[in-house]
Amino acid sequence: MKKSVVKALIGAGVVATSMLVLAGCTTKSATNKGNTAGDTVKIGVNMELSGAVAGYGEQEKQGVELAIKQINANGGVKVGKDKKKLKAVYRDNKSSTGGAAAVAAQLANNEKVVAIVGPATTNNGTASIPNVTKAAVPMVGPSATDPNFTLQKNGKVQPYVFRACFTDTFQGQKAAIFANDTLKAKNVAIIADNSTDYGTGLTKAFKKKFAGKVAVTEYYQSGDKDFNAMLTNIKNKKIDAIYTPGYYSELGLLIKQARQSGIKVPIIGADGMADPKLAQIAGNENATDVYYTTPFSTLGTNRSSLVKTFMANYQKQYKAEAPTFSALAYDSVYMIKQAIEDQKSADSASIAKGLAKIKNMPGVTGTTSIDSKHNPEKPIAVEQLTQGKITKAYTVK
Amino acid sequence: MQTMMQQMINGLSLGSIYALLALGYTMVYGIIKLINFAHGDIYMLGAFWGYYAINYLHFGFVGALLSAMVMASLSGVLIEYLAYRPLRNSPRIAALITAIGVSFFLENGMSFLFGANARNFPQVITTKTYYFFGVGISNVQLLILFTSLVLMVLLQFIIKQTTMGKAMRAVAVDPQAAQLVGINPDHVISFTFALGSALAGAAGVMIGLYYNSIDPLMGMVPGIKAFVAAVVGGIGSVPGAAVGGFLIGLLETGVQAIGLSAYKDAAVYLVLILMLVVLPAGLFGKRQREKV
Repeated sequence: MKKSVVKALIGAGVVATSMLVLAGCTTKSATNKGNTAGDTVKIGVNMELSGAVAGYGEQEKQGVELAIKQINANGGVKVGKDKKKLKAVYRDNKSSTGGAAAVAAQLANNEKVVAIVGPATTNNGTASIPNVTKAAVPMVGPSATDPNFTLQKNGKVQPYVFRACFTDTFQGQKAAIFANDTLKAKNVAIIADNSTDYGTGLTKAFKKKFAGKVAVTEYYQSGDKDFNAMLTNIKNKKIDAIYTPGYYSELGLLIKQARQSGIKVPIIGADGMADPKLAQIAGNENATDVYYTTPFSTLGTNRSSLVKTFMANYQKQYKAEAPTFSALAYDSVYMIKQAIEDQKSADSASIAKGLAKIKNMPGVTGTTSIDSKHNPEKPIAVEQLTQGKITKAYTVK
Repeated sequence: MQTMMQQMINGLSLGSIYALLALGYTMVYGIIKLINFAHGDIYMLGAFWGYYAINYLHFGFVGALLSAMVMASLSGVLIEYLAYRPLRNSPRIAALITAIGVSFFLENGMSFLFGANARNFPQVITTKTYYFFGVGISNVQLLILFTSLVLMVLLQFIIKQTTMGKAMRAVAVDPQAAQLVGINPDHVISFTFALGSALAGAAGVMIGLYYNSIDPLMGMVPGIKAFVAAVVGGIGSVPGAAVGGFLIGLLETGVQAIGLSAYKDAAVYLVLILMLVVLPAGLFGKRQREKV
């Protein structure tokens, strides 16, 4: 009995592998015209649903689900004169570059999707580029923040690659300006996640722009839980702020341990911190004097009716506060919808053209225009946490 | 001086967790010569059980700790029964690969069932920090150190003083000979898995409480570091695993204390390589003489 199960599993594995191989073959023979839409507009979702960064993938999948549900509830997307429903095809890339490339080929060639949302991370996104480019299917990375993600090696823009989030350079510089001008910090410590491009990219941009002195730079890896040693180290240095480029799962712990060891200085991070889980992990009593740059401010004054509806619907569907990753994925779907409606066509090549021309599209992460490098231009905010609650939002010029 | 003392405390509380995990590795290896790579994931299961026991069954810390130890033991025994026992007479490499498979199964199975997001662990004990001469130590850190030491002493007692412990030692030396004198190796091996997994379950709950964050992949890195600790101490040796755990904790903290935080994991793995090259039997391991 046990053996037969094992055999069945092995069999399934063999079939899956050969399918991947076949998918790889079709990529080569695909013509360059791209995919056309049928009665429904199929959107592929190439997402990290298992593996190391599945936490972000799951949240983005929820954002996509919510967007598709809402668009369909309103009758669908307008293609020329008709209204067509959207349909999402979800595929797990297992948080691996190989998986992401295979999923991209599958979605573009077998599923014939007209656009792809995802992957969540820059590395997996970059691995998907050759296959989507060959198939002429545009791809919107909700959270691929590396500045070079949308660019080819020679500096030209990738014709089929777009993103919905800020680049690391932009966000890191804004955090430095905020630390200089608003917090008046002279000496900062940086504690960075050096196992992601996100952490190292932000660190580089921050260091370049910050006018004061970076007294000490410490590094950790994604998944680390103990920061006491580095915190004991920086405690004795005279610093007025800590910059922490990384994600909430580690930074929640870092904030908790910093406050418990008596480090009271402001802690500034990036949008990887913009998640209600940050304060839950840190403990509300510790999440005070914490700031982060974010495109998506949930605070009253910055909240448009669009954001309100999104927050309410998300709460209803998933019984939780909407995280930034969901908001970015939600906007990625709306960017594709906007492109289809502007171009009056749901063919993949037209969508790519439409995405490049998006101007002033209202989104939950801010009014978005796509620039010549396929990066979104939208206002950036800095949110402040006090006792685990967002109490103030600053705008940074 | 104060900073150094503080770093010692940091290192010891980190090390006690590695030590608890390393004990499980070393016991299983001592008996069936299998490196149970799923051990780190049993620690994760213990943490998740603690999470549900406190949140939904409203257990206190002690209740959660003890029930997590029981649940972890059961899962350890079950894993041994389903995955390793059918391979008892296969080559060791087959069992090793199965262990890696079980580890992936537990990690991704839990992500599938409960979601891959990190969740905050219910704080049944409010953290208080005490200061002695400017060196801070929290009640949770003290609790971890104390519980770890009690469990280690208890384990040493079981192995050295009880009949079952004697049987374990006998099977470790020579399974066939043990069988000849009336010991059922299957029972002894199940008992070893239960014991090792109980320690991992306890470590899971304590880590959940200390760091306040658990996720299905939380066992991966500590599992590997505990494995290094077991090798440093001499794999198969129980006191060696305990000492190895504390040494790795102190090493990791020490590397960060001198400002090389980017290399703290590299330092641990470097020690693994050096140990394997220079002293493959570990600090407390027995040197095996090859009979010619």
